[in-house]
Amino acid sequence: MSAPAPNSSPRVSRRQPTPKAPDARTVASLSRLQLLVASATMRELNEDFEMRPRWTDGRSMRARASRFIKPNDRLTAFERLEIYNRQYWFRLLESFHEDFPGLRAVLGQERFVRLAVAYLSAHPSTSFTLRNLGRHLVRFLETQPSHTAFNPRLVLDLARLEWAHIEAFDNAAEPPVTADALLDANPAELRLRLQPHVTLLHLAYPLDDFLIALRHVEDSRAETSNAVAAQQSRRGIHPVRSPKPQPVWLATHRHRNCVHYKRLTVAQFQLLDALRQGLPLAEACELVLRDCFRTKPEHLRRWFGDWALLGWFWLPKE
Amino acid sequence: MPANSFNGFTDYGVGIGLRVPHYRHILTRKPVVDWFEIISENFMVDGGRPLEVLDQILEQYRVVQHGVSLYFGSADELNREQLKKLKRLVRRTKTPWLSDHLCWGSVDGRYTHDLLPVPYTLAAAKHAARKIREARDFLEVPLAIENISSYAEFRASTMTEWEFLTEVVERADCGILLDVNNIYVSSQNHSFDPFTYLDRIPAHRVAQIHIAGHTRYDRYILDTHDHPVIPPVWRLYTHATSRTGRTATLLEWDANIPSFEEVHREALKARQFMGELVEGAAGSNPSSC
Repeated sequence: MSAPAPNSSPRVSRRQPTPKAPDARTVASLSRLQLLVASATMRELNEDFEMRPRWTDGRSMRARASRFIKPNDRLTAFERLEIYNRQYWFRLLESFHEDFPGLRAVLGQERFVRLAVAYLSAHPSTSFTLRNLGRHLVRFLETQPSHTAFNPRLVLDLARLEWAHIEAFDNAAEPPVTADALLDANPAELRLRLQPHVTLLHLAYPLDDFLIALRHVEDSRAETSNAVAAQQSRRGIHPVRSPKPQPVWLATHRHRNCVHYKRLTVAQFQLLDALRQGLPLAEACELVLRDCFRTKPEHLRRWFGDWALLGWFWLPKE
Repeated sequence: MPANSFNGFTDYGVGIGLRVPHYRHILTRKPVVDWFEIISENFMVDGGRPLEVLDQILEQYRVVQHGVSLYFGSADELNREQLKKLKRLVRRTKTPWLSDHLCWGSVDGRYTHDLLPVPYTLAAAKHAARKIREARDFLEVPLAIENISSYAEFRASTMTEWEFLTEVVERADCGILLDVNNIYVSSQNHSFDPFTYLDRIPAHRVAQIHIAGHTRYDRYILDTHDHPVIPPVWRLYTHATSRTGRTATLLEWDANIPSFEEVHREALKARQFMGELVEGAAGSNPSSC
C-alpha cells in the first residue's frame, strides 16, 4: 500500500464533535449512510495494510466508526469496519494481479501494488463486473509518468497488450464476412470492420513472446511444488527476463475461443489500421501499395484470404 | 415441500457451483450431477470461452443462476444495462429461478464488489423489496434472495436480521435462498441464536439452500468458502430442512478448490441429512410457519 500522506488532509480540532451518522430511516438517509461506509471501505489502507486511524477530515476514525457501527464483546467498531476495508483492497488487488501479470513481473511486487492502489483510487470500479477493472489503466499511465518512470514505453506497452488480451478473451464476435463475399463487393465502397475482439498494437518490445513465456512459467509453477514457487516469490526472483527493445506489430484476437497474438508486417498493420479507421477497402489498399513499395497486389489478396479465414472482418447490417 | 413457486416448481436435489478448475473434468468425464449453479456475472459477457463452456454445460446439465451484483439493498436504483445483460443470460440458461443477495455494494455508481450488510430499517426493507419486484418483473423469472454473512452491525438497525429478511421477502413476495453457513457465521460474529433465525423466517418461501465452509479467526469468522462444511452447519441444515422439507441444496467452494470428486462428495452429504429429515419430518407441516 502506498505511504500515507500525513499533510494531505485538513486537520481539525480533536475537540470538535464527530458528526451524527445517518439513521437510514429514509432512502435519502440510507444513501448517505452507504456513501459514508463506501468511503471508509474504499479508502486506501496504510503501509501495514490496516485501516487508517484518521478520517479524511483529520478526525479519529475510531470515533467516526463508532457513530454508525456497533462494537461487540470481541471487536471495536473500527475493527469491524476494517474487515471490510481490507477485504475491498485484497479483492481488487487480487483481480488486478490476475489481469496484469506481465506488469507485475516487470515492475516487481512493490511498484505494482503502488500503481494498483493509485490507479484504483483514481478509477474505482464503475461496472458490476471486475472484468472491466483495468479499462482506464492505459489512459491513467499516460497521464501519470511517475508510475512508468521505470521504463515508460515498456510499462505502457505491457498495459496495452494485457488489456487487449482481456478484450480478445470475451469481446463479441460478429458474423464474419466470407472470402467469397469480399470478391463480390465493390472495393471502392466496401468498409470492412474489424471484429471487436481484434486489437492492433505497435509495440516497442516483443511483449507477445514475453507474456507467453511468463504464462508458461506460471502454469508450470502451478503444476509443481508450491514450496519452490513460494521460495522464488520471497526472493523476488522471476525467471522470465524483461525483453530487450525490438519493434513489433501485432494483432491480438480470438480464434476458436483461444486468445492469440499474431505478428504483422508493417504493411499488414498499416492496411488493417486503415480499415479500422473506416477507409474503404480500395483506398486502404492503395495507401499501402503507395507507402510500402515492396507490397504487391498478390500479397494483399493472400493476406485478406488469411484474415477472412480467421474471421477478422464483419459488416454491419444495412 | 419439494417444489414451490419460488423455485419454479422444480425438485433439483443437490448441486455444486460450476468453477473454472473443474471445467475440463466436467466436459470430458461428464459426471452425474443433479445441477450446477453458475455465477451470472462470469457469463454476462459478449463472447468467447465462457459462453462456449456454458453452452456445453447446458447441453447436459440443469443450471441455476446465482448473482452477486444486483445489490437490492443499495440506495441506488437498479442498473438497467446490467439487467438487460442478465436477461439475455436468463434466456440462454432457462434458469428456473434466479438468486442474488440481500445486501448492498454500490453507491453513486461506484462498486465495492463486496456483499455489504444493510441497516435493518423499514425504509431499507421497503426500498429493497421494490427493487426486487422491479427486477423480477423485468427478468420474468422467480427470484430468491440470499441472506449474507456479515462482520459488522449498524447502529441504525431497528430490527433483527431475520425480521428484516422476512419484511423484505413478504413485501416483495419472493423466495429465499437460505444460506445456513452464512447464518452460522453471522450468529458467531454477532452472538445470536442461529436456530431462532431459522425458526422465525417464512419457511414456505425457501427456494434453495446454500451450504459452505468458512475460516475461523481468533475474534471473528470469515465466510471464505474454502473448507468442508462443519458439523454445526450441518445441524443447522438439518433443522432448516425439517421446516422447509426437501429443498434444492448447493455447496459453495470458491477458494483452494479441491478436485471435482471431493467437492461433489462433500455436497452429496446433504442427501443423507435430507433423507433422514424428510422421513422424520413427514408428519410436520412446513407451511405452518
